[in-house]
Amino acid sequence: MGRWAIAVHGGAGIDPNLPAERQEQAKQLLTHCLNLGIAALSSNVSAIDVVELVVKELETDPLFNSGRGSALTEKGTVEMEASIMDGTKRRCGAVSGITTVKNPISLARLVMDKSPHSYLAFSGAEDFARKQGVEIVDNEYFVTEDNVGMLKLAKEANSILFDYRIPPVGCAEAAATDSPIVMNGLPISIYAPETVGCVVVDKEGRCAAGTSTGGLMNKMMGRIGDSPLIGAGTYASELCGVSCTGEGEAIIRATLARDVSAVMEYKGLGLQEAVDYVIKHRLDEGFAGLIAVSNKGEVVCGFNSNGMFRGCATEDGYMEVAMWE
Amino acid sequence: MVGWAIALHGGAGDIPIDLPDERRIPREIALRHCLDIGVSALKSGKSPLDVTELVVRELENHPDFNAGKGSVLTTEGTVEMEASIMDGKTKRCGAVSGLTTVVNPISLARLVMEKTPHIYLAFDAAEAFARANGVETVESSHFITPENIARLKQAKEFNRVQLDYTAPTPKVPENCGDSQIGTVGCVAVDSAGNLASATSTGGYVNKMVGRIGDTPVIGAGTYANHLCAVSATGKGEEIIRGTVARDVAALMEFKGLSLTEAAAYAVDQSGPRGTCGLVAVSANGEVAMPFNTTGMFRACATEDGYTEIAIWPKN
Repeated sequence: MGRWAIAVHGGAGIDPNLPAERQEQAKQLLTHCLNLGIAALSSNVSAIDVVELVVKELETDPLFNSGRGSALTEKGTVEMEASIMDGTKRRCGAVSGITTVKNPISLARLVMDKSPHSYLAFSGAEDFARKQGVEIVDNEYFVTEDNVGMLKLAKEANSILFDYRIPPVGCAEAAATDSPIVMNGLPISIYAPETVGCVVVDKEGRCAAGTSTGGLMNKMMGRIGDSPLIGAGTYASELCGVSCTGEGEAIIRATLARDVSAVMEYKGLGLQEAVDYVIKHRLDEGFAGLIAVSNKGEVVCGFNSNGMFRGCATEDGYMEVAMWE
Repeated sequence: MVGWAIALHGGAGDIPIDLPDERRIPREIALRHCLDIGVSALKSGKSPLDVTELVVRELENHPDFNAGKGSVLTTEGTVEMEASIMDGKTKRCGAVSGLTTVVNPISLARLVMEKTPHIYLAFDAAEAFARANGVETVESSHFITPENIARLKQAKEFNRVQLDYTAPTPKVPENCGDSQIGTVGCVAVDSAGNLASATSTGGYVNKMVGRIGDTPVIGAGTYANHLCAVSATGKGEEIIRGTVARDVAALMEFKGLSLTEAAAYAVDQSGPRGTCGLVAVSANGEVAMPFNTTGMFRACATEDGYTEIAIWPKN
């Protein structure tokens, strides 16, 4: 009988000037979600079920960029995506372009369990959702006032920033001068850390992972990021479960989640070494973070971004919620 | 300095050994034609990225392969095409899904890579992006062939998701069913060791509307880095969970396997027999074209004069 472990995240790349109140809210939500997962694990709920229930909680709370509280597209709407993977048989499910399904992670799970496919998107996914009888809401449900304000700022910033490696000037300067950090083309004060995720290993040593997001603030309609892509944002195998967050392009090019498992499988590295290796060597010019668990009950977080909202816990009582280094 | 190499495929699947001449010969001719185009382009110094795009465009335009014109149909009788392209040197990539009117999905994928800050665009928005950029579009009916209408009918009769190489006969062939489906792809390396990969498909016969397969998923159907370039084909769901294209490169890098060993291993480990094939080239100009299906439409050539065009395993 192994030991369970769980980690959650609320996105990588945090504004160093984030108000104390927001930091506190984030910590509380992460703690709450961890506790939910811990209670489930203690009652022998399987890893895949724990991942789904924890990510649902993160989606439902408007604080992070997933489900309600998702970042907005250039048109001010919400388009969500998510993926989930069960390490035991490497089964997986993913969805993109979700606009009315309350919990995208649960829809991804249904794709895995109830459809002949692994990935459904846009109207096809929405039709499937209705046939499965999942909870449907209006797109407005997901839109928060905070994000409407952020979208406006992002549009101003984007009209100035073409190459995100060039420091911002002009209207967004006020926002940017205090935080010259840029992620995905936006000054970090405007950037909504993308994605929430959860990774779990249960007492049977089964690993699972799940990731969900509203995506990039002011994104083009129809833009798909790393979160629904198996191997990029999410991966789970017999050895580990991984969920990534940060600059989508960097994560996709690096096949980041898959690489953690690949270096464990093919180089024989342990979880910590594997995570350190991929963060150090796979993210050329990109900023991202990840959480990972191993079938041995270990849990590791790694990131090269400016902070990552995260929390982890293991069966022997260890628990930590953090944002910075 | 090593030589250039190119490999391309028109899909792995349960291609019956007794495929009638009238279905086999046009495809062999097409494979040769595409290989010749690719080889000329490499010889004239075009980059592997240009070469793979060019060859895949040609395969998309050919109605006998499951990409572009000749794409298999969704359960509603429509076409939803997807593609991805990756440049090994920079690891930049582009992908598209859910296309219904774009004549060459692979070129749109390239445009996403080069003209947007994103990697992957899909469905209505991808179509809108195509129009906004003056990309060639046509009526959806252009892509639909009588063969594919017949395949869909057959699949619906069997009420299962089906491979697309079964002859349209009423009986259920032994291996007909849930496995492989065609795709097209091309990988190339130039004499400087620059690599690129491109893959395009119509997907799965009778697929659910909105179903995305491995083809546009970087690391699953397409991958290229400084070591190799890979394009996979087969049952999308297996290739996604197997991260097949990425695995070939990962095995070379992390386990020190050769291209041939890595490619064979990746196919073997990807899933059940009959679900996967791939073409790959290495920075050293080597080629590998393994598959665990009955056959794979494929062709390759290397600078030292070797060429091969084949469908079934060589015994």
